[in-house]
Amino acid sequence: MKAIKEKHSLLMRWTHWVNFPLLTIMIWSGILIYWANDEYRLTVFGHTYIHFFPDWFYNLLHIPHRLSEGMAFHFLFMWFFTLNGFFYVLYTIISGDWRQLLPNRHSFKEAWQVLLHDLHIRKIAPPQDKYNAAQRIAYTAIIIMGFGSVITGLAIYKPVQFNWLTWLCGGYHLARISHFILTIGYTLFFLIHIIQVVLAGWSNFRSVISGFEVITKTTKPAIESKSENEKT
Amino acid sequence: MKKPKRELTIEQKIKRRNFISFAIFGAGAVSTYTGWRWLYKSPNEIPGITAGAHQPLRRALNKTELFFRRLIFNENHLVKTYPREMAAKKIRHNSDIGSEGKLPPENWKLHVKKISGEILQISLDELMALPKTGITYNFKCVEGWDQISHWEGVKFRDLITHYQLHEETRLGYVSFETPDRKYYVGIDMPSAMHPQTLLAYQMNDELLNGQHGQPLRLIIPIKYGIKNLKRIGTIAFSDSRPRDYWAEKGYDYYSGL
Repeated sequence: MKAIKEKHSLLMRWTHWVNFPLLTIMIWSGILIYWANDEYRLTVFGHTYIHFFPDWFYNLLHIPHRLSEGMAFHFLFMWFFTLNGFFYVLYTIISGDWRQLLPNRHSFKEAWQVLLHDLHIRKIAPPQDKYNAAQRIAYTAIIIMGFGSVITGLAIYKPVQFNWLTWLCGGYHLARISHFILTIGYTLFFLIHIIQVVLAGWSNFRSVISGFEVITKTTKPAIESKSENEKT
Repeated sequence: MKKPKRELTIEQKIKRRNFISFAIFGAGAVSTYTGWRWLYKSPNEIPGITAGAHQPLRRALNKTELFFRRLIFNENHLVKTYPREMAAKKIRHNSDIGSEGKLPPENWKLHVKKISGEILQISLDELMALPKTGITYNFKCVEGWDQISHWEGVKFRDLITHYQLHEETRLGYVSFETPDRKYYVGIDMPSAMHPQTLLAYQMNDELLNGQHGQPLRLIIPIKYGIKNLKRIGTIAFSDSRPRDYWAEKGYDYYSGL
Protein backbone atom coordinates (compact mmCIF):
# COMPACT_ATOMS: atom_id res chain seq x y z
CA MET A 1 0.00 0.00 0.00
CA LYS A 2 1.22 3.44 -0.87
CA ALA A 3 1.75 6.00 1.81
CA ILE A 4 2.90 9.61 2.09
CA LYS A 5 6.10 10.18 3.97
CA GLU A 6 6.86 13.79 4.82
CA LYS A 7 10.40 14.58 3.84
CA HIS A 8 11.36 18.22 3.29
CA SER A 9 9.81 21.12 5.18
CA LEU A 10 8.37 24.06 3.31
CA LEU A 11 11.12 26.39 4.51
CA MET A 12 13.86 24.03 3.41
CA ARG A 13 12.28 23.80 -0.07
CA TRP A 14 11.69 27.54 -0.23
CA THR A 15 15.23 28.57 0.69
CA HIS A 16 16.67 25.84 -1.50
CA TRP A 17 14.92 27.01 -4.67
CA VAL A 18 15.24 30.73 -3.97
CA ASN A 19 18.94 30.19 -3.60
CA PHE A 20 19.26 28.90 -7.13
CA PRO A 21 18.47 32.17 -9.01
CA LEU A 22 20.16 34.21 -6.27
CA LEU A 23 23.45 32.35 -6.51
CA THR A 24 23.25 32.46 -10.30
CA ILE A 25 22.90 36.24 -10.24
CA MET A 26 25.66 36.59 -7.64
CA ILE A 27 28.07 34.50 -9.72
CA TRP A 28 27.15 36.24 -12.98
CA SER A 29 27.51 39.76 -11.54
CA GLY A 30 30.66 38.61 -9.74
CA ILE A 31 32.20 37.65 -13.08
CA LEU A 32 31.22 41.06 -14.48
CA ILE A 33 33.27 42.59 -11.65
CA TYR A 34 36.09 40.10 -11.97
CA TRP A 35 36.50 40.72 -15.68
CA ALA A 36 37.66 44.31 -15.11
CA ASN A 37 40.96 42.88 -13.96
CA ASP A 38 41.11 39.13 -14.51
CA GLU A 39 44.37 38.35 -12.87
CA TYR A 40 43.81 34.94 -11.31
CA ARG A 41 45.37 31.87 -12.81
CA LEU A 42 46.58 28.51 -11.70
CA THR A 43 50.31 28.42 -12.23
CA VAL A 44 52.45 25.54 -11.04
CA PHE A 45 56.22 25.65 -11.64
CA GLY A 46 55.96 28.39 -14.20
CA HIS A 47 53.29 26.71 -16.30
CA THR A 48 49.83 28.21 -16.35
CA TYR A 49 47.19 25.49 -16.34
CA ILE A 50 44.05 27.55 -15.99
CA HIS A 51 43.52 31.21 -16.69
CA PHE A 52 40.23 32.55 -15.33
CA PHE A 53 38.72 32.93 -17.85
CA PRO A 54 39.50 32.32 -21.54
CA ASP A 55 38.21 34.83 -24.09
CA TRP A 56 35.53 32.55 -25.51
CA PHE A 57 33.96 32.42 -22.07
CA TYR A 58 33.63 36.19 -21.90
CA ASN A 59 32.37 36.40 -25.46
CA LEU A 60 29.80 33.69 -24.83
CA LEU A 61 28.32 35.49 -21.85
CA HIS A 62 28.78 39.00 -23.28
CA ILE A 63 30.61 40.02 -20.16
CA PRO A 64 33.30 42.58 -21.08
CA HIS A 65 33.18 46.18 -19.89
CA ARG A 66 30.27 45.94 -17.54
CA LEU A 67 31.96 46.57 -14.19
CA SER A 68 29.51 49.17 -12.87
CA GLU A 69 26.54 47.02 -13.84
CA GLY A 70 28.09 44.03 -12.12
CA MET A 71 28.72 46.00 -8.93
CA ALA A 72 25.16 47.36 -8.91
CA PHE A 73 23.63 43.88 -9.20
CA HIS A 74 26.10 42.34 -6.78
CA PHE A 75 25.38 44.93 -4.08
CA LEU A 76 21.62 44.52 -4.43
CA PHE A 77 21.40 40.75 -4.50
CA MET A 78 23.95 40.26 -1.72
CA TRP A 79 21.15 41.25 0.66
CA PHE A 80 18.81 38.52 -0.52
CA PHE A 81 21.58 35.94 -0.69
CA THR A 82 22.60 36.72 2.90
CA LEU A 83 19.03 36.83 4.21
CA ASN A 84 18.13 33.58 2.50
CA GLY A 85 21.09 31.82 4.09
CA PHE A 86 20.30 33.42 7.44
CA PHE A 87 16.70 32.15 7.37
CA TYR A 88 17.77 28.67 6.39
CA VAL A 89 20.30 28.40 9.20
CA LEU A 90 17.87 29.91 11.70
CA TYR A 91 15.26 27.39 10.61
CA THR A 92 17.53 24.36 10.95
CA ILE A 93 18.48 25.51 14.43
CA ILE A 94 14.91 26.13 15.62
CA SER A 95 13.43 23.01 14.05
CA GLY A 96 16.26 20.78 15.15
CA ASP A 97 16.97 19.74 11.56
CA TRP A 98 20.61 20.51 12.13
CA ARG A 99 20.84 17.11 13.77
CA GLN A 100 20.28 15.51 10.39
CA LEU A 101 22.66 17.87 8.63
CA LEU A 102 25.76 18.24 10.74
CA PRO A 103 28.35 15.55 10.21
CA ASN A 104 28.98 13.41 13.26
CA ARG A 105 32.10 11.58 14.33
CA HIS A 106 31.37 8.69 11.95
CA SER A 107 30.58 10.82 8.95
CA PHE A 108 34.02 11.19 7.48
CA LYS A 109 34.67 7.46 7.50
CA GLU A 110 31.17 6.74 6.20
CA ALA A 111 31.38 9.36 3.48
CA TRP A 112 34.24 7.37 2.00
CA GLN A 113 32.09 4.23 1.99
CA VAL A 114 29.25 6.20 0.37
CA LEU A 115 31.63 7.36 -2.33
CA LEU A 116 32.83 3.80 -2.96
CA HIS A 117 29.21 2.68 -3.10
CA ASP A 118 28.28 5.44 -5.53
CA LEU A 119 31.15 4.42 -7.74
CA HIS A 120 29.89 0.81 -7.61
CA ILE A 121 33.06 -0.36 -5.92
CA ARG A 122 31.38 -1.24 -2.64
CA LYS A 123 28.13 -3.16 -2.60
CA ILE A 124 26.52 -1.90 0.59
CA ALA A 125 26.16 1.69 1.58
CA PRO A 126 26.47 2.48 5.27
CA PRO A 127 23.17 2.90 7.12
CA GLN A 128 21.92 6.45 7.11
CA ASP A 129 19.32 8.81 8.48
CA LYS A 130 17.63 11.37 6.20
CA TYR A 131 20.96 12.22 4.59
CA ASN A 132 23.97 10.01 4.14
CA ALA A 133 27.39 10.93 5.47
CA ALA A 134 28.57 12.43 2.19
CA GLN A 135 25.45 14.57 1.98
CA ARG A 136 25.86 15.73 5.56
CA ILE A 137 29.40 16.85 4.83
CA ALA A 138 28.47 18.50 1.53
CA TYR A 139 25.38 20.31 2.82
CA THR A 140 27.18 21.56 5.89
CA ALA A 141 30.17 22.62 3.82
CA ILE A 142 27.98 24.64 1.47
CA ILE A 143 26.54 26.56 4.43
CA ILE A 144 30.04 27.27 5.72
CA MET A 145 30.99 28.35 2.20
CA GLY A 146 28.01 30.72 2.06
CA PHE A 147 29.05 32.17 5.40
CA GLY A 148 32.60 32.47 4.07
CA SER A 149 31.37 34.32 0.98
CA VAL A 150 29.48 36.84 3.08
CA ILE A 151 32.45 37.39 5.40
CA THR A 152 35.09 37.66 2.68
CA GLY A 153 32.66 39.76 0.65
CA LEU A 154 32.27 42.26 3.46
CA ALA A 155 36.02 42.21 3.99
CA ILE A 156 36.66 43.37 0.43
CA TYR A 157 33.59 45.62 0.24
CA LYS A 158 34.51 47.72 3.30
CA PRO A 159 38.11 46.84 4.16
CA VAL A 160 38.59 50.03 6.18
CA GLN A 161 35.40 50.07 8.18
CA PHE A 162 35.44 46.28 8.69
CA ASN A 163 39.23 46.22 9.07
CA TRP A 164 39.06 43.51 11.77
CA LEU A 165 37.16 41.30 9.34
CA THR A 166 39.70 41.92 6.60
CA TRP A 167 42.42 41.08 9.09
CA LEU A 168 40.63 37.84 10.00
CA CYS A 169 40.49 36.93 6.32
CA GLY A 170 44.24 37.40 6.03
CA GLY A 171 44.17 40.82 4.41
CA TYR A 172 42.45 42.40 1.45
CA HIS A 173 44.24 40.43 -1.19
CA LEU A 174 43.69 37.03 0.38
CA ALA A 175 40.07 37.85 1.15
CA ARG A 176 39.50 38.59 -2.51
CA ILE A 177 41.15 35.34 -3.60
CA SER A 178 39.11 33.37 -1.04
CA HIS A 179 35.95 35.02 -2.28
CA PHE A 180 36.85 33.93 -5.80
CA ILE A 181 37.79 30.37 -4.84
CA LEU A 182 34.50 29.97 -2.98
CA THR A 183 32.72 30.84 -6.21
CA ILE A 184 34.62 28.10 -8.05
CA GLY A 185 33.56 25.84 -5.17
CA TYR A 186 29.87 26.64 -5.72
CA THR A 187 30.17 25.81 -9.37
CA LEU A 188 31.74 22.43 -8.57
CA PHE A 189 29.16 21.76 -5.87
CA PHE A 190 26.40 22.61 -8.31
CA LEU A 191 27.71 20.22 -10.96
CA ILE A 192 28.06 17.32 -8.52
CA HIS A 193 24.71 18.14 -6.96
CA ILE A 194 22.99 17.98 -10.35
CA ILE A 195 24.65 14.66 -11.21
CA GLN A 196 23.58 13.21 -7.86
CA VAL A 197 20.02 14.44 -8.30
CA VAL A 198 19.82 12.85 -11.74
CA LEU A 199 21.18 9.58 -10.37
CA ALA A 200 18.79 9.63 -7.42
CA GLY A 201 15.84 9.79 -9.77
CA TRP A 202 12.61 11.59 -10.32
CA SER A 203 10.92 10.75 -7.06
CA ASN A 204 13.80 12.24 -5.10
CA PHE A 205 13.69 15.40 -7.21
CA ARG A 206 9.93 15.65 -6.81
CA SER A 207 10.22 15.51 -3.04
CA VAL A 208 12.28 18.71 -3.03
CA ILE A 209 9.32 20.42 -4.72
CA SER A 210 6.37 18.74 -3.05
CA GLY A 211 7.99 17.93 0.27
CA PHE A 212 6.94 14.30 0.53
CA GLU A 213 7.91 10.93 -0.76
CA VAL A 214 5.64 8.09 -1.73
CA ILE A 215 6.63 4.89 -0.03
CA THR A 216 5.18 1.44 -0.24
CA LYS A 217 4.10 0.22 3.12
CA THR A 218 4.36 -3.45 3.84
CA THR A 219 3.09 -4.88 7.06
CA LYS A 220 3.71 -2.12 9.45
CA PRO A 221 6.77 -2.81 11.53
CA ALA A 222 6.71 -1.67 15.11
CA ILE A 223 9.98 0.15 14.62
CA GLU A 224 10.58 1.91 11.36
CA SER A 225 13.65 0.43 9.78
CA LYS A 226 16.05 2.47 7.79
CA SER A 227 16.24 0.15 4.86
CA GLU A 228 18.35 0.39 1.77
CA ASN A 229 15.59 1.44 -0.64
CA GLU A 230 14.75 4.54 1.36
CA LYS A 231 18.08 6.00 0.48
CA THR A 232 17.85 9.30 -1.25
CA MET B 1 -28.05 19.92 0.92
CA LYS B 2 -24.26 19.66 1.01
CA LYS B 3 -22.71 16.51 -0.19
CA PRO B 4 -20.93 14.72 2.60
CA LYS B 5 -17.20 15.14 2.11
CA ARG B 6 -15.54 11.90 1.27
CA GLU B 7 -12.15 11.10 2.63
CA LEU B 8 -9.61 11.27 -0.18
CA THR B 9 -7.81 8.11 -1.00
CA ILE B 10 -4.04 8.02 -0.69
CA GLU B 11 -3.74 8.14 -4.49
CA GLN B 12 -5.90 11.26 -4.61
CA LYS B 13 -3.96 12.90 -1.80
CA ILE B 14 -0.71 12.27 -3.59
CA LYS B 15 -2.05 13.65 -6.85
CA ARG B 16 -3.57 16.67 -5.16
CA ARG B 17 -0.46 17.60 -3.21
CA ASN B 18 1.77 17.06 -6.21
CA PHE B 19 -0.46 19.24 -8.33
CA ILE B 20 -0.54 22.06 -5.78
CA SER B 21 3.17 22.07 -5.11
CA PHE B 22 4.14 21.88 -8.76
CA ALA B 23 1.68 24.64 -9.60
CA ILE B 24 3.20 26.86 -6.91
CA PHE B 25 6.68 25.93 -8.04
CA GLY B 26 5.81 26.81 -11.63
CA ALA B 27 4.21 30.07 -10.62
CA GLY B 28 7.28 30.89 -8.55
CA ALA B 29 9.58 30.16 -11.48
CA VAL B 30 7.50 32.28 -13.83
CA SER B 31 7.30 35.22 -11.41
CA THR B 32 11.04 34.99 -10.72
CA TYR B 33 11.71 35.19 -14.43
CA THR B 34 9.21 38.04 -14.87
CA GLY B 35 10.69 39.90 -11.94
CA TRP B 36 14.16 39.48 -13.38
CA ARG B 37 13.06 40.74 -16.81
CA TRP B 38 11.39 43.71 -15.14
CA LEU B 39 14.56 44.59 -13.25
CA TYR B 40 16.82 43.99 -16.21
CA LYS B 41 14.67 46.12 -18.52
CA SER B 42 13.83 48.75 -15.92
CA PRO B 43 14.39 52.31 -17.13
CA ASN B 44 17.66 54.07 -16.49
CA GLU B 45 17.69 56.83 -13.93
CA ILE B 46 17.13 60.38 -15.11
CA PRO B 47 20.66 61.68 -15.69
CA GLY B 48 21.71 64.13 -13.01
CA ILE B 49 24.46 63.95 -10.43
CA THR B 50 24.35 60.21 -10.98
CA ALA B 51 23.46 58.45 -14.21
CA GLY B 52 23.93 55.30 -16.23
CA ALA B 53 22.32 52.84 -13.81
CA HIS B 54 18.87 51.29 -13.74
CA GLN B 55 16.61 53.16 -11.33
CA PRO B 56 16.07 50.29 -8.86
CA LEU B 57 19.77 49.44 -8.89
CA ARG B 58 20.74 53.05 -8.20
CA ARG B 59 18.34 53.17 -5.29
CA ALA B 60 19.86 49.98 -3.95
CA LEU B 61 23.41 51.32 -4.39
CA ASN B 62 22.60 54.57 -2.58
CA LYS B 63 20.69 52.88 0.22
CA THR B 64 23.28 50.18 0.71
CA GLU B 65 26.14 52.66 0.84
CA LEU B 66 24.27 54.91 3.28
CA PHE B 67 23.35 51.90 5.39
CA PHE B 68 27.00 50.95 5.80
CA ARG B 69 28.04 54.55 6.36
CA ARG B 70 25.56 54.97 9.18
CA LEU B 71 26.30 51.57 10.60
CA ILE B 72 30.05 51.59 10.66
CA PHE B 73 31.66 54.69 9.18
CA ASN B 74 33.96 56.21 11.70
CA GLU B 75 36.86 58.53 11.08
CA ASN B 76 38.81 56.63 13.70
CA HIS B 77 38.77 53.62 11.42
CA LEU B 78 42.13 54.10 9.83
CA VAL B 79 43.40 52.55 6.66
CA LYS B 80 46.09 49.97 7.30
CA THR B 81 49.54 51.37 6.69
CA TYR B 82 52.68 49.50 5.70
CA PRO B 83 56.40 49.95 6.17
CA ARG B 84 57.83 52.33 3.61
CA GLU B 85 60.01 49.57 2.05
CA MET B 86 56.91 47.69 0.93
CA ALA B 87 55.81 50.49 -1.37
CA ALA B 88 55.99 49.84 -5.10
CA LYS B 89 58.89 51.54 -6.87
CA LYS B 90 56.88 52.00 -10.02
CA ILE B 91 53.37 53.17 -9.31
CA ARG B 92 50.68 51.76 -11.54
CA HIS B 93 49.10 54.21 -13.93
CA ASN B 94 45.60 53.56 -15.16
CA SER B 95 44.11 56.59 -16.83
CA ASP B 96 44.76 60.27 -17.30
CA ILE B 97 41.43 61.84 -18.13
CA GLY B 98 41.82 65.50 -17.20
CA SER B 99 45.51 65.16 -16.42
CA GLU B 100 47.18 64.43 -19.76
CA GLY B 101 50.65 65.78 -20.33
CA LYS B 102 52.74 67.91 -18.05
CA LEU B 103 51.71 70.88 -15.95
CA PRO B 104 54.78 72.40 -14.32
CA PRO B 105 54.03 73.76 -10.83
CA GLU B 106 55.02 77.30 -11.85
CA ASN B 107 52.13 77.35 -14.34
CA TRP B 108 49.63 76.15 -11.77
CA LYS B 109 47.67 77.45 -8.77
CA LEU B 110 45.20 75.61 -6.55
CA HIS B 111 41.89 77.46 -6.55
CA VAL B 112 39.80 77.13 -3.41
CA LYS B 113 36.32 78.61 -3.64
CA LYS B 114 35.14 79.89 -0.27
CA ILE B 115 31.45 80.29 0.61
CA SER B 116 31.92 84.04 0.63
CA GLY B 117 32.73 83.87 -3.07
CA GLU B 118 36.37 84.66 -2.47
CA ILE B 119 38.76 82.37 -4.37
CA LEU B 120 42.03 81.48 -2.71
CA GLN B 121 44.93 80.94 -5.09
CA ILE B 122 47.55 78.73 -3.56
CA SER B 123 50.89 77.86 -5.14
CA LEU B 124 52.69 74.55 -4.70
CA ASP B 125 55.42 76.26 -2.67
CA GLU B 126 52.82 77.56 -0.24
CA LEU B 127 51.34 74.07 0.08
CA MET B 128 54.78 72.56 0.60
CA ALA B 129 55.40 74.99 3.42
CA LEU B 130 52.51 73.40 5.35
CA PRO B 131 53.11 70.34 7.57
CA LYS B 132 54.06 67.37 5.39
CA THR B 133 52.40 64.01 5.90
CA GLY B 134 53.31 60.70 4.30
CA ILE B 135 51.34 57.50 3.99
CA THR B 136 52.15 54.02 2.69
CA TYR B 137 48.94 52.10 2.14
CA ASN B 138 47.24 49.72 -0.20
CA PHE B 139 45.72 51.72 -3.05
CA LYS B 140 42.58 49.95 -4.29
CA CYS B 141 41.18 50.24 -7.76
CA VAL B 142 37.53 49.53 -8.41
CA GLU B 143 38.68 47.21 -11.20
CA GLY B 144 40.04 44.89 -8.57
CA TRP B 145 43.77 45.46 -8.49
CA ASP B 146 45.54 46.94 -5.51
CA GLN B 147 49.05 48.19 -4.93
CA ILE B 148 50.96 49.34 -1.89
CA SER B 149 52.22 52.82 -2.65
CA HIS B 150 53.77 55.74 -0.82
CA TRP B 151 52.52 59.31 -1.05
CA GLU B 152 53.40 62.57 0.63
CA GLY B 153 51.61 65.86 0.83
CA VAL B 154 49.36 68.01 2.97
CA LYS B 155 46.52 66.57 4.99
CA PHE B 156 43.24 67.97 3.75
CA ARG B 157 42.48 68.77 7.38
CA ASP B 158 45.68 70.82 7.69
CA LEU B 159 44.75 72.83 4.62
CA ILE B 160 41.34 73.57 6.17
CA THR B 161 42.94 74.66 9.44
CA HIS B 162 45.62 76.77 7.83
CA TYR B 163 43.30 78.67 5.52
CA GLN B 164 40.55 78.84 8.15
CA LEU B 165 37.92 77.06 6.13
CA HIS B 166 35.99 75.76 9.15
CA GLU B 167 32.83 77.45 8.01
CA GLU B 168 33.05 75.54 4.72
CA THR B 169 33.44 72.14 6.40
CA ARG B 170 29.96 72.49 7.88
CA LEU B 171 28.65 71.81 4.39
CA GLY B 172 28.06 68.23 3.32
CA TYR B 173 30.38 67.90 0.34
CA VAL B 174 33.64 68.94 -1.27
CA SER B 175 34.18 68.96 -4.99
CA PHE B 176 37.52 68.51 -6.73
CA GLU B 177 38.01 69.27 -10.41
CA THR B 178 40.92 69.14 -12.82
CA PRO B 179 41.99 72.49 -14.33
CA ASP B 180 40.33 71.52 -17.65
CA ARG B 181 37.20 70.32 -15.75
CA LYS B 182 37.29 67.02 -17.64
CA TYR B 183 37.53 64.95 -14.47
CA TYR B 184 35.67 65.81 -11.31
CA VAL B 185 34.74 64.07 -8.08
CA GLY B 186 32.39 64.79 -5.21
CA ILE B 187 33.48 63.74 -1.74
CA ASP B 188 31.29 63.68 1.35
CA MET B 189 32.74 65.91 4.07
CA PRO B 190 33.38 63.15 6.66
CA SER B 191 35.53 61.29 4.11
CA ALA B 192 37.37 64.44 3.04
CA MET B 193 38.09 65.30 6.68
CA HIS B 194 39.31 61.75 7.40
CA PRO B 195 42.76 62.02 9.02
CA GLN B 196 44.36 60.05 6.17
CA THR B 197 43.05 62.18 3.31
CA LEU B 198 45.95 63.89 1.57
CA LEU B 199 46.55 66.49 -1.08
CA ALA B 200 49.63 64.75 -2.38
CA TYR B 201 52.39 66.38 -4.37
CA GLN B 202 54.94 63.62 -3.96
CA MET B 203 55.12 59.88 -4.61
CA ASN B 204 58.03 57.96 -3.22
CA ASP B 205 60.78 60.62 -3.23
CA GLU B 206 59.90 62.65 -6.26
CA LEU B 207 57.33 65.25 -7.16
CA LEU B 208 54.35 63.91 -9.07
CA ASN B 209 55.07 63.52 -12.75
CA GLY B 210 52.60 64.02 -15.58
CA GLN B 211 51.06 60.57 -15.40
CA HIS B 212 50.30 60.74 -11.73
CA GLY B 213 48.50 64.05 -11.57
CA GLN B 214 51.27 66.64 -11.63
CA PRO B 215 51.46 68.80 -9.59
CA LEU B 216 48.82 67.95 -6.96
CA ARG B 217 46.40 65.05 -6.60
CA LEU B 218 43.93 63.69 -4.13
CA ILE B 219 44.88 60.62 -2.11
CA ILE B 220 41.83 59.49 -0.22
CA PRO B 221 42.61 55.99 1.07
CA ILE B 222 39.07 55.32 2.31
CA LYS B 223 37.76 55.49 -1.25
CA TYR B 224 38.35 53.50 -4.41
CA GLY B 225 40.88 54.86 -6.89
CA ILE B 226 38.16 56.46 -9.03
CA LYS B 227 37.71 59.09 -6.31
CA ASN B 228 41.45 59.86 -6.10
CA LEU B 229 41.38 62.71 -8.60
CA LYS B 230 44.61 63.55 -10.37
CA ARG B 231 45.72 67.14 -10.94
CA ILE B 232 43.50 69.18 -8.67
CA GLY B 233 42.61 72.55 -10.15
CA THR B 234 39.66 73.67 -8.07
CA ILE B 235 38.28 72.79 -4.67
CA ALA B 236 34.74 73.94 -3.83
CA PHE B 237 32.22 73.27 -1.08
CA SER B 238 28.48 72.60 -1.27
CA ASP B 239 25.56 71.12 0.57
CA SER B 240 24.31 68.99 -2.30
CA ARG B 241 26.26 66.27 -4.05
CA PRO B 242 28.69 67.83 -6.56
CA ARG B 243 28.98 66.23 -9.98
CA ASP B 244 31.14 63.15 -10.17
CA TYR B 245 32.72 61.65 -13.27
CA TRP B 246 32.22 57.95 -12.50
CA ALA B 247 28.90 58.39 -10.70
CA GLU B 248 27.63 59.65 -14.05
CA LYS B 249 28.73 56.37 -15.59
CA GLY B 250 26.79 54.05 -13.33
CA TYR B 251 29.17 53.72 -10.38
CA ASP B 252 28.22 54.27 -6.78
CA TYR B 253 28.51 57.90 -5.71
CA TYR B 254 30.35 57.25 -2.45
CA SER B 255 32.54 54.30 -3.51
CA GLY B 256 33.79 54.12 0.05
CA LEU B 257 35.93 51.40 1.54
